[in-house]
Amino acid sequence: MSKTSQKQSTDVETHQETDPVGERARGAAPDEGDLDEAGSQLSTAPVETVVPGSFGGVRAPGAAGWLAWAWRETVGWTRWFWRQLTSMRVALILLFLLSLGAIPGSLIPQTGSDELKVQDFKAAHTTLGPIYEKLGLFNVYSSVWFSAIYILLFVSLIGCIVPRTWQFVGQLRGRPPGAPRRLTRLPAYATWRTEAEPEQVRAAALALLKKRRFRAHTAGDAVAAEKGFLREAGNLVFHIALIVMLIAFATGQLFKSEGGKLILEGDGFSNTLTQYDDFKSGSLFNSDDLAPFSFQLDDFVGTFERTGPNKGTARTFRADVTYSEGADGKEKKTSIEVNKPLEIDGSKVYLIGHGYAPVVTVRDGRGKVVFQQAVPLLPIDANITSTGAIKVLDGYADKNGKKEQLGFNAFFVPTFAGAGHGEMLSQFPELDFPVLALSAYHGSLGVDSGIPQNVYQLDTSKMKEFKDADGELLKKRLLPGETMKLPDGAGSITFEKDVKQWATFQISQQPGDGWALGGAIAAIAGLAGSLFIQRRRVWVRATTGNDGITVVEMAGLGRSESAKLPEELGDLAAVLYDKTPPAPDTGEPTPDPQAVPAEGAEKQ
Amino acid sequence: MTLAAATNENLAEISNVLIYSAMAVYTLAFFAHIAEWIFGSRSKVSRTAAALTDKGTAGRQAPAVTVKSKGGTAVLERPQVVTRSASGTRDVPDGPGAHGGDEKGDLYGRIAVSLTVLAFLVEASGVLTRAWSVQRAPWGNMYEFNITFSTVAVGVYVTLLALKKNVRWLGLPLVTTVLLDLGLAVTVLYTASDQLVPALHSYWLWIHVSTAILCGAVFYVGAVGTLLYLFRDSYENKLANGGQPGRFATSVLERLPAAATLDKFSYRVNAAVFPLWTFTIIAGAIWAGDAWGRYWGWDPKETWSFITWVAYACYLHARATAGWKGRKAAYLALIAFGCWLFNYYGVNIFVSGKHSYAGV
Ligand code: HEM
Repeated sequence: MSKTSQKQSTDVETHQETDPVGERARGAAPDEGDLDEAGSQLSTAPVETVVPGSFGGVRAPGAAGWLAWAWRETVGWTRWFWRQLTSMRVALILLFLLSLGAIPGSLIPQTGSDELKVQDFKAAHTTLGPIYEKLGLFNVYSSVWFSAIYILLFVSLIGCIVPRTWQFVGQLRGRPPGAPRRLTRLPAYATWRTEAEPEQVRAAALALLKKRRFRAHTAGDAVAAEKGFLREAGNLVFHIALIVMLIAFATGQLFKSEGGKLILEGDGFSNTLTQYDDFKSGSLFNSDDLAPFSFQLDDFVGTFERTGPNKGTARTFRADVTYSEGADGKEKKTSIEVNKPLEIDGSKVYLIGHGYAPVVTVRDGRGKVVFQQAVPLLPIDANITSTGAIKVLDGYADKNGKKEQLGFNAFFVPTFAGAGHGEMLSQFPELDFPVLALSAYHGSLGVDSGIPQNVYQLDTSKMKEFKDADGELLKKRLLPGETMKLPDGAGSITFEKDVKQWATFQISQQPGDGWALGGAIAAIAGLAGSLFIQRRRVWVRATTGNDGITVVEMAGLGRSESAKLPEELGDLAAVLYDKTPPAPDTGEPTPDPQAVPAEGAEKQ
Repeated sequence: MTLAAATNENLAEISNVLIYSAMAVYTLAFFAHIAEWIFGSRSKVSRTAAALTDKGTAGRQAPAVTVKSKGGTAVLERPQVVTRSASGTRDVPDGPGAHGGDEKGDLYGRIAVSLTVLAFLVEASGVLTRAWSVQRAPWGNMYEFNITFSTVAVGVYVTLLALKKNVRWLGLPLVTTVLLDLGLAVTVLYTASDQLVPALHSYWLWIHVSTAILCGAVFYVGAVGTLLYLFRDSYENKLANGGQPGRFATSVLERLPAAATLDKFSYRVNAAVFPLWTFTIIAGAIWAGDAWGRYWGWDPKETWSFITWVAYACYLHARATAGWKGRKAAYLALIAFGCWLFNYYGVNIFVSGKHSYAGV
């Protein structure tokens, strides 16, 4: 019987009498230091420490003294600032600021998502508008102050991660600390007396704990073991994944490109800059980065609810396409739906919108066809009432043989309510009763002036109206197959019995997506590890009691209190108890009234 | 075609009847809970005060040897494990529950729980028939969202009960709010059953929205725990400082679990669901990437999901930081739940964005 172990068992006994709840509640324990030791390095979370601000001390006279002082101060303050920035408290404050800072962007219109609303807002609030503008409240998420918050947060994060990683590596290499003197003070505790020798108990405990994949070793009269390092690893992975995601988003923003293209049924597109209707890109994008592919719109299918309160609501949108990868790849067929973009070579092709393109034929005075095309018109309401312009740029000459350009304002409804039934507004989005209304002009379309022109609008400033018999602007509603004659043998325009559909596509390319997704998955996995895994320590002490019988004590300590800890300790104790034959029951103190059975039925 | 439509309308009708029946059963459960609280109040065990003040005698003995031999039985003998709170926390026993140890109270409590389970089953079938009637996931608009949400919240509670967790104290607040939620759903938010607009057609709907609803339900349960924690904690503080709380407060709070238990409960609940919430947001981003051509556009709904996420991250950090445990962290948890609530109701009602096609 060693001296220390004797002291140990007396300790346990005195402890029984002098540790009322009240004293514990106040935390005024004499050997708290010992417990701190047992719980040390159980995590890598930074400890809140107070660091003084000024580090100056005395300033020696002369320039050298001043320099030394300035150096000390600078280093001191920098270190102070760095410690503050990387402390948990500041991380907390920055996180809070981040969520607070995100709020205005959800309540005030943002230029990024809805430019028009911002204009309206500015017009409606003449005093508030400029103030908001100055504060960057119309583009919160790219404003200086919002960026400052998250950049500081991520600097803090990196400053936090690096030392924590080192610390963690150190912990992985180290061994769990030895048993504290009083195991009874730990959150979970069990003890029994056995006929086995202390060495036997320790050997059995070591084997058991190792089998349960604890990192265990014997230190003095006790076995010390620790498990759950994945918690820390998970936490670090999570925080690192956040950085990876941020970098991926940033790269995506810098290198992304996004363009729109309207395509008629039967027409195609190949992915070069000149083919886009509109195009925007990040500041580091290079047009060589566009993936080489092409596709053709074979058919567009749109169906709509025909009855009920939601009549007219869209039910399906589908674009059937044939595409080929690379400069001259093999042709493949597929369909693109609203939720199903086509992915080709890192680019994504989204279906954005659709509309109708009536086929019209324009003839000159001698009956020669000068224009025959499907003309895409832009929808202006949910029932696809559409407007646009038909522009005959060349090939037309008037009856005197003078070259001229023709222009028509076009108004189209797929389902007409019928003559005399109000305005020319569509009643339903499908082609049930298509009507095309036209008005006619001649002269110069003004397209050569060099100013980019909206293809859907007619600039009539250099054009003259065709007049009807009453001297009014010539206009007419046409059914499919009908023709409007231009006056004085100037020709005619026919609404053919053919209305094509068109679809608009957005083609976007954003590198870094894969990294962002990978980061996100890693973040979730890390988070799960960090939150579901307990890091805990178990000690098993075996000593010889006063009466010569071996006393086994087991205790567990976790980062936070958890019901699992006593459960696990109970399991371990049960196994070990089985391997160490119990000493006969001799006048022991009665079990603690609040003692919990080890079966795991303890209070939650 | 018309036949199918008629069947669907019938199903929608049945669904409505089921939802109303569930409300009726919840109302009964509510009264049974009230009865439990009333009958329970007769017993006046002030265990908390005793534990906090009787320093000398109430302390439990530290065990020396706790093995009992069970002579002759085949049952595995086990040493008992003694647990104790970390130093610095109050060592207060949990309250006995709403029935306060009263047998009649307990009976009413059990009735209340049975009724709640019944109402849950009825409501769940209401949600399922609704889904059947529209041939899709029942989350196309606020009405459907609401009925699903309350079903799942009660489901979480029933599951915890089935797992033998000590959560009966949740019963009354939960049933009360479920009734409010359903009342709101059938009056203000009701939308006739209908198909979805194409933008909502995606299997991501199943993934994203179902996890969102589950997260909301669990966050809600956590928030109830947090709120009760705050009350109970003030109560214990008052007692510990020698104060005398009012009779009503004593009667109610004495029966709840100890502050430390409530605190732990809400932490565990929130922490357990946080990874799922993270996943929900990421799934939403993937869906948005497919549907709208961008993963993240700071749409109000997206923004508020983000705010909620950061707020819960804040709460979890606070728990890990020494100076922020306890009440301060609890306030953060409530703020975070407030964000979730605003995201759910506020954004749909007050702010317009891409998500606002869903009925309201
Ligand atoms: C980018 C913003 C951040 C987010 C969203 C975030 C999120 C989280 C979450 C959700 C947890 C909970 C996991 C757990 O309890 O184990 C956590 C834990 C932790 N975070 Fe962060 N964090 C961020 C930034 C930071 C920063 C800047 C620091 C350092 C100053 C930091 C240090 C820690 C530490 C030490 C833990 C572990 C606490 C413990 O062991 O229980 N985090 N973080």
